[in-house]
Amino acid sequence: MSKYTDHFGRPLVAITGLGVVSSLGQGKEENWAALTSGTSGIHTITRFALDNLRTQIAGTVDFLEESTKGASTLSQKLASLAAEEAVAQAGFPVDDFGGPLFLAAPPVELEWRNRFALDALVKSEGEPGYDLLLAACRRGPQVDMFNTAEFGYIAEVLADKFGTRGLPITLSTACASGATAIQLGVEAIRRGESDRVLSIGTDGSVSAEALIRFSLLSALSTHNEPAHKAAKPFSKDRDGFVMAEGSGAMVMESLESAVARGANILGIMRGCGEKADDFHRTRSKPDGSPAIGAVRASLEDAGIEEDAIDYINAHGTSTPENDKMEYLALSTVFGDRISSLPVSSNKSMIGHTLTAAGAIEAVFSVLTIQTGTIPPTINYDNPDPAIVMDVVPNVKREASVSSVLSSSFGFGGQNTCLVMTAEPN
Amino acid sequence: MQNNTVVITGIGLISSLGEGVDAHWKAFNDGLEPRIDSETFKPYTVHPLVEVDWNNQIPKRGDQRQMETWQRIGTYTAGLALQDAGIKDDESLCASMDMVVAAGGGERDVSVDTQILAEARVRNDIGTMLNEKLTTELRPTLFLAQLSNLLAGNISIVHKVTGSSRTFMGEEGSGISAIDTAVARIRSGQSTHALVGGSYNSQHPDMLLGYELNGMLKRDGWAPLWQREDSAGGGIVTGSGGAFLVLESAEHAQKRGARVYAAIDGIYSAQIRRSRDDLTQTVAKLIGAASADKAADLIISGASGAKHVTAAEKAALDTFSSSMVRGVAGKLGHLREAQFPLVVALAALSVFNGSAFPPVDAKNEKAGPSSVDTALATSIGGTRGEGVARLVKV
Repeated sequence: MSKYTDHFGRPLVAITGLGVVSSLGQGKEENWAALTSGTSGIHTITRFALDNLRTQIAGTVDFLEESTKGASTLSQKLASLAAEEAVAQAGFPVDDFGGPLFLAAPPVELEWRNRFALDALVKSEGEPGYDLLLAACRRGPQVDMFNTAEFGYIAEVLADKFGTRGLPITLSTACASGATAIQLGVEAIRRGESDRVLSIGTDGSVSAEALIRFSLLSALSTHNEPAHKAAKPFSKDRDGFVMAEGSGAMVMESLESAVARGANILGIMRGCGEKADDFHRTRSKPDGSPAIGAVRASLEDAGIEEDAIDYINAHGTSTPENDKMEYLALSTVFGDRISSLPVSSNKSMIGHTLTAAGAIEAVFSVLTIQTGTIPPTINYDNPDPAIVMDVVPNVKREASVSSVLSSSFGFGGQNTCLVMTAEPN
Repeated sequence: MQNNTVVITGIGLISSLGEGVDAHWKAFNDGLEPRIDSETFKPYTVHPLVEVDWNNQIPKRGDQRQMETWQRIGTYTAGLALQDAGIKDDESLCASMDMVVAAGGGERDVSVDTQILAEARVRNDIGTMLNEKLTTELRPTLFLAQLSNLLAGNISIVHKVTGSSRTFMGEEGSGISAIDTAVARIRSGQSTHALVGGSYNSQHPDMLLGYELNGMLKRDGWAPLWQREDSAGGGIVTGSGGAFLVLESAEHAQKRGARVYAAIDGIYSAQIRRSRDDLTQTVAKLIGAASADKAADLIISGASGAKHVTAAEKAALDTFSSSMVRGVAGKLGHLREAQFPLVVALAALSVFNGSAFPPVDAKNEKAGPSSVDTALATSIGGTRGEGVARLVKV
């Protein structure tokens, strides 16, 4: 273990650039001001019709020109904005980053507006259906539509724009995706494949169909009025998560190379841990062992003990199931200390940004270390008596935080945790 | 950092040609005609999946019902690979096993989509109609059955592979990155053993639509892979199937006495901007890098059939005249995300057997040296992503 290596002799990974967009705004400054003042970005949806929908609220990003252009276009724009901020902060050329790209992006499908447009081309030729949509395509390529439905397209555009190297990786580990994008970047640096990486989580996929799909799984809050009260992690009356959009981007480097070029080091990405759950597609193993395993794996990877963690940036989705299981996992790992260790959920304000959540929350975790301000869990009016935690209720707290655990858990048995620490010197 | 040799100890395959390693080796060696269906999705041709008894690898009916076909194919194939590696019933090896899945998604509900398209023609309140139809007609669990990362999720549930679970997306490139990442992790000591692969269902109009938006499918029946320049449409004939590999460090494999097919000596990948960079040169460079030590005896090409892309790859392959080439999509179709895992598996099998199967397209592929101890595998994405693997005898 030298100045630049960790307890396993691996290169330490420095965080040198951060970028974020959410329903609270664009950029770190705007987001951090809103987040630490307990502002909610959740609102009544205006993007599409709400008739027949039980859930009518979301944390959509509505302030961009791309906000109404479909999931692929908006996800790309959000990623691009967050990455610009992160790369610029790190001090790399914005068009020649020079390292690999790891992108957590939502699985996108051809939008309904495009299906209708295809049908309109061939309406006179017969009954509607896939045969006719295919016939419409035979009239000539629909390149723009094609691009929006290709999973590899967003990363290609970003790779081109930012000058990243090699075949970019697009990934999805559901609601843990953003954390996985960071983990893949950390692993690449540790393998010495590159001295810098760009990891992004993005999600601009709130549409009627996406909302209905989650709604049919009874995953969403139906607390439509008032919207800003809907996301209430760890509360007794929590009734589901609130879909949301945004993007988080992180530039990471080997500490050695960051120091060598005189970069401003914002924090250290100290460890990552994961464990898959084999119990059920949407529910966790009742004993919480996979989530516990992921938390423990991240601490072990980071080479630090539980008692060195100062703050937990929780997954805290506000679903009855997640918050209960997360508490089980955290209280198992941290023991009695969990009742006094600050644990807050950004989702109480920005909602669940799905594919982007792990990355956005990692950005906020680093900002917590940097500023010594812990963002609150808002809407904590009716504590769940079964969850005895210091959730930093409703109001931010000033505290010296030198290490943060950020947890992400997703459908499909995905559990990934990150440990971030202050710069060592 | 460690520098472990990475070996393949398990292969799972299903396709239009059959199920399992032996069935595929035999089908390629016996030179049987490809199995095709040119009627169901006319004017498109697909290579339909062989009849599968899902119960063999997915014993619970409840689990089968929770998956769309591509997930079922993938979960089944993953089971075949684990079984082939002798790991399937080893609870602790599965619980510590890493997993990288190359996944697509989709397979929407054709009937619901058709109803919505019909309603849209007669109604002005499209948004309201969409909500009405989707809330009442969609099967609640369909979402999960389509969702990309749920193939990995189902593999965890059915086969208890839980060391880690990562899903890569992005068409052919995801298959390349999945193997590349699993190999790099094992080589460096970040992982000891991993399950990696993908699956594809060609027999669904939504999957055809994904290609045909860009005019990429062949529209006039089947033709040999390297002879599609003059055919109608874009040249791709898709196939249903899956390919999964069990990768281990040589030491891990040896300790448990596992049979080794081949070592993965290197993965060479790129993603050029095809609008401005030369694809033939790129493919030649990748193959050149993979042949730097010694020209490979055999190149298993994953060429998709996409006209210009396949022609560019062919031009590159032609410059490596000492290597035999076998384009396998002519036999079982293009499997998109699963294409790279598939060609890596077939290259490993050739190295393991020490021989190449006969030409798939005799007009364009030559017979060659009788013994094979190095083989390359290529997958050049229909739109983006380029990858080559080098397999060597152990």
